[in-house]
Amino acid sequence: MEQLRSFLGTLTSSIRDLLPIVLVVAFFQLLVIQQPFPDLARVLTGCLLVVLGLTFFIRGLEQGLFPIGEAMAYAFARKASLPWLLLFAFALGFGTTIAEPALTAVAAEAARIAANGGAIANNDDSMANYALGLRITVALSVGFAILTGVYRIVRGWPIQYLIITGYIGVVIMTVFAPPEIIGIAYDSGGVTTSTVTVPLVTALGVGLAESIKGRNPMIDGFGLIAFASLTPMIFVMAYGMIV
Amino acid sequence: MELIRHLFSTGLSTIADVLPIAAIIFGFQLFVLRERIPNLKSVLTGFVYVLIGLTLFLVGLEEALFPAGKLMAQQLTDPEFIRGSVAAVGDALRWQDYAWVYLFAAAIGFSTTIAEPSLIAVAIKANQVSGGAISVWGLRIAVAIGVALGIALGAYRIVSGTPLHYYIIAGYIVVVVQTLFAPRMIIALAYDSGGVTTSTVTVPLVAALGLGLASTIPGRSALLDGFGLIAFASLFPIMSVIAYAQLGEWWMKQQIQQAKNEHTDKQD
Repeated sequence: MEQLRSFLGTLTSSIRDLLPIVLVVAFFQLLVIQQPFPDLARVLTGCLLVVLGLTFFIRGLEQGLFPIGEAMAYAFARKASLPWLLLFAFALGFGTTIAEPALTAVAAEAARIAANGGAIANNDDSMANYALGLRITVALSVGFAILTGVYRIVRGWPIQYLIITGYIGVVIMTVFAPPEIIGIAYDSGGVTTSTVTVPLVTALGVGLAESIKGRNPMIDGFGLIAFASLTPMIFVMAYGMIV
Repeated sequence: MELIRHLFSTGLSTIADVLPIAAIIFGFQLFVLRERIPNLKSVLTGFVYVLIGLTLFLVGLEEALFPAGKLMAQQLTDPEFIRGSVAAVGDALRWQDYAWVYLFAAAIGFSTTIAEPSLIAVAIKANQVSGGAISVWGLRIAVAIGVALGIALGAYRIVSGTPLHYYIIAGYIVVVVQTLFAPRMIIALAYDSGGVTTSTVTVPLVAALGLGLASTIPGRSALLDGFGLIAFASLFPIMSVIAYAQLGEWWMKQQIQQAKNEHTDKQD
């Protein structure tokens, strides 16, 4: 009974989460473009699936992803084994990014641009190589980002100096990178962090800041995602310059 | 039938997506930390919920919202449509003629951000950690406003054809200046909110809008100019979240000041 009630509670809030998109789509479809929905039944089924999906995801978040991220942060802090913690951070960043579908799509697009621009040979083989190289580059950069971010939490460094240094890096790279790669590089910062990675990494960061003495979870715990969306820009522009 | 096949294939790719993460976590638990996972059964159920949830979520989006949203992005950026609402045929379109496009960009940016699951996750966590000082909805709305402004400006950039990096570098300067004056508590969270806004819901719709615009405006290349909207969507929330914290702090000070005044009034 209790469970059912909390499930219904999450369900109602999922409906509220989806409502703005439905309103925007309906407004533009009916009033601006002035066309009825092509397949209303399908749209309604889809909305139902989205609401159910969001409900399950939020439950799973609170029951699975948050607790495991925190438990691991506490365990690492208790064992005080910095090298293993850093290796874990790198593996988490690299492993979650290399398989990311959004990144695969962007890498394929980038290979096409490079082939059109004459930077690489215009055949399937060299394009696949280029795309794979780009994916590994981005995954390495995210691994490096989570590692740096975790080390920052352990040390308690203020985040802004590192981020501003990163910005300066992006600006300097923009000056030297080939123009075709810049748009993709800037976008690659946004696509690397998936829906499963974000809650996990956030729980890890906050858990570490909570369990290390002298760290404030609000000031030190967040920020891992920020690194993960900054370093790919620098690495991708570097990749564009080298290849 | 079609739907079931779609559910099945999306389910498989979601599993493939989560598998490396699960392998790393359980590998480290077993071989490095060598500890029992607390509430193992509940955690595993949670992972299954995440899998089911993401699958249903993605299939629902692809069935219902993405086709409608992408079609709309194409129709709104179609020169025929834009001409219909403004000047006589034959005149070159000016950037002002794209008013509906900017409004659509802002509206779709706002509404998809509200539904973005990773942002919900970060907002829940921030609410817990801050002891309720940061409200879940306050943060989500602040981020959504940032994304809305960012995407509308990004659409204007594609229409006007100005180089992307000018905007991004100017944005960085604003962020740096804001950081100097921001309450310390919010800085890391604000930087994070740049990265979480753009995943499952926002990216496909926003990419369709960018490519639609770039491919219909003469002189733009879809490949060179179509990208970059996501970069806007991950930069502007940083500014809006810091602004939200600054407003909150200012409001608190006003309240305290008022309480103090009332107090002294009473004493007089």
